Amino acid sequence: MQGFAYEAPSSLEALRARLAAAQGAGELAQVLAGGTDLLVQMKQGQRAPGLILDIKRVGETQALEADSETLTIGASVPAAKAKAFPLVAEAFPGLAHAIDLIGSSQIQGRASLGGNLCNASPAGDTIPALIANGFEAQILTADGLRTLPVEAFVTGVGKNALASGEVLLALKAPVPGPRSGDAYQRFTPRTEMDIAVVGVGARLTQDEAGVLTSARIALGAVAPQAFLAEAAGAALVGTRGEPEALEAAAAAAMEMAKPISDKRGSADFRRRICGVLVKRVVAQALERCTTGGAK
Amino acid sequence: MKVHVQTEVNGEAVEFLCDPTTTLLDVLRDNLGLRGSKEGCGTGDCGACSVELDGALACSCLILAAETQGRSVATIEGVATPEALHPLQSHLLKSAGLQCGVCTPGIVVAAKHLLEQDPNPTEEAVRYFLAGNLCRCTGYDKIIRAVLDAAAEMRGEAA
Repeated sequence: MQGFAYEAPSSLEALRARLAAAQGAGELAQVLAGGTDLLVQMKQGQRAPGLILDIKRVGETQALEADSETLTIGASVPAAKAKAFPLVAEAFPGLAHAIDLIGSSQIQGRASLGGNLCNASPAGDTIPALIANGFEAQILTADGLRTLPVEAFVTGVGKNALASGEVLLALKAPVPGPRSGDAYQRFTPRTEMDIAVVGVGARLTQDEAGVLTSARIALGAVAPQAFLAEAAGAALVGTRGEPEALEAAAAAAMEMAKPISDKRGSADFRRRICGVLVKRVVAQALERCTTGGAK
Repeated sequence: MKVHVQTEVNGEAVEFLCDPTTTLLDVLRDNLGLRGSKEGCGTGDCGACSVELDGALACSCLILAAETQGRSVATIEGVATPEALHPLQSHLLKSAGLQCGVCTPGIVVAAKHLLEQDPNPTEEAVRYFLAGNLCRCTGYDKIIRAVLDAAAEMRGEAA
C-alpha cells in the first residue's frame, strides 16, 4: 500500500474538524469503517488516500438501537452484529438474510452496512434490502446533518451522493407495524461466497382484510445502481398478491431492469431471473405479513 | 510517521511501533513473532489469517495494526494451553483434517468462534460458517467431521 497517515477521531466534532482541515490542505482523506473493500482496493492500488480517517471510534457510527418508531444502524456497525440485533432478526428478516450473504464469517465480523452502501457495487446485497425497507442515510456535512433515501444515495457503479468532506453516519428505517413483511433473495451460481447476478428486495404491508396497502420492490445487479422499482410495487398495491398481481409486478420489474451481459450472466438471463425472483420474494414477504415473523 | 500502538494479544499487554500501512497480520508475524496466522491471499478471501478482534472474527490481513489501539486480539497461539490442545486441534489431528497445515490455524480460530456461539451446530451450519476458510488439501470433509466431533466432546457427549 502507498503511504498514508492514520487517525481515529473519537467525536463527531473532531471528525468534522479533521475533514475540514484535510479539505483545506488539499489532502485526500478516506473514511475507514470495516475496511473489507477499502483495504483490498488500496492493496491493489485502486485507491491511494493520503489520510485514513477511521470512524469506528465515533459513537454515532457504532449505534445499534431502536425505539418504537425507528431502527438505527450506525454506519460502521459490523454486519455480524447488525444481523444479530433482535429487532433486525425479528422484524427485518429479509435484511438479516441480505447481511448474512455478504462474504464469509470473517468478512461479516468487520464489514459494515455503511461501507457496503458507500462502496455502491451494483450487486451489493444489502442495498436492495435497505431500499425496500425505506432506509434513509444520515450524513454528516460541513455544518450539520442531512438525510437522503438510500435509493438516492447510490448514484452509479461505485458512486454515491456524498460530497467531499461528507461522511455517512447511520442508516435509519421506520419500524414496521403489524401485517408487514420483508424479504431478499439473490441468484448466484454458488450457494456461498459469491456475488449476486440479480438481487431483489421487498417490503409489503397489508390492511386487516389482507389487501396490500404498500409495496416497495428494489432491484440489484440489473442496472448501474440498485434502485426502487416503483411500478413493480404499484402493481401489487390494492391486490392480495394473487398470481396475476405477482405476474404484473414481475413484468414491471423486468421492464425496468437494464442489465448488462458479463461473465456472470447475459442481460437476457438477468432480466428473466429478475422476474422469477420478484415473484419469489413477494410471495415470501406476503407470507411474513401473516406469520409476522422471521425465517 | 510511525504509529505507537498499545493493545492486548492473547490476554497480554503488548506495545509496538508500526507504519500506518502495516496490517495486524504483519505485526503479529514480524514484530511479535506470532507466526501461526498465515498470509494466504492478503485480500480476505482465504481465512488463513483469521483472528478475533474484540471478540469479532476477522481476517488480520484486512485490519490495520493501528486500528488495534486499546483493543483485544486473540490469535491461534492463545487457543491451546501449555497442558493440552484444544479439542478442535486434537480432533483435527485425529481425523487427519490437515495436510500442508497452512489453513489450519485459521480454521481452528474460526471454528472455535462458531462453537462459542453455537455449541451444537448442524453439519450444514459448520460448512456455511467455514466457507471463508479455504483448504486446497483435504476436500473439507475431514475438517467438518473434526469440528463436529470436537463440538460433541465439548458438550460432554462421546465423539
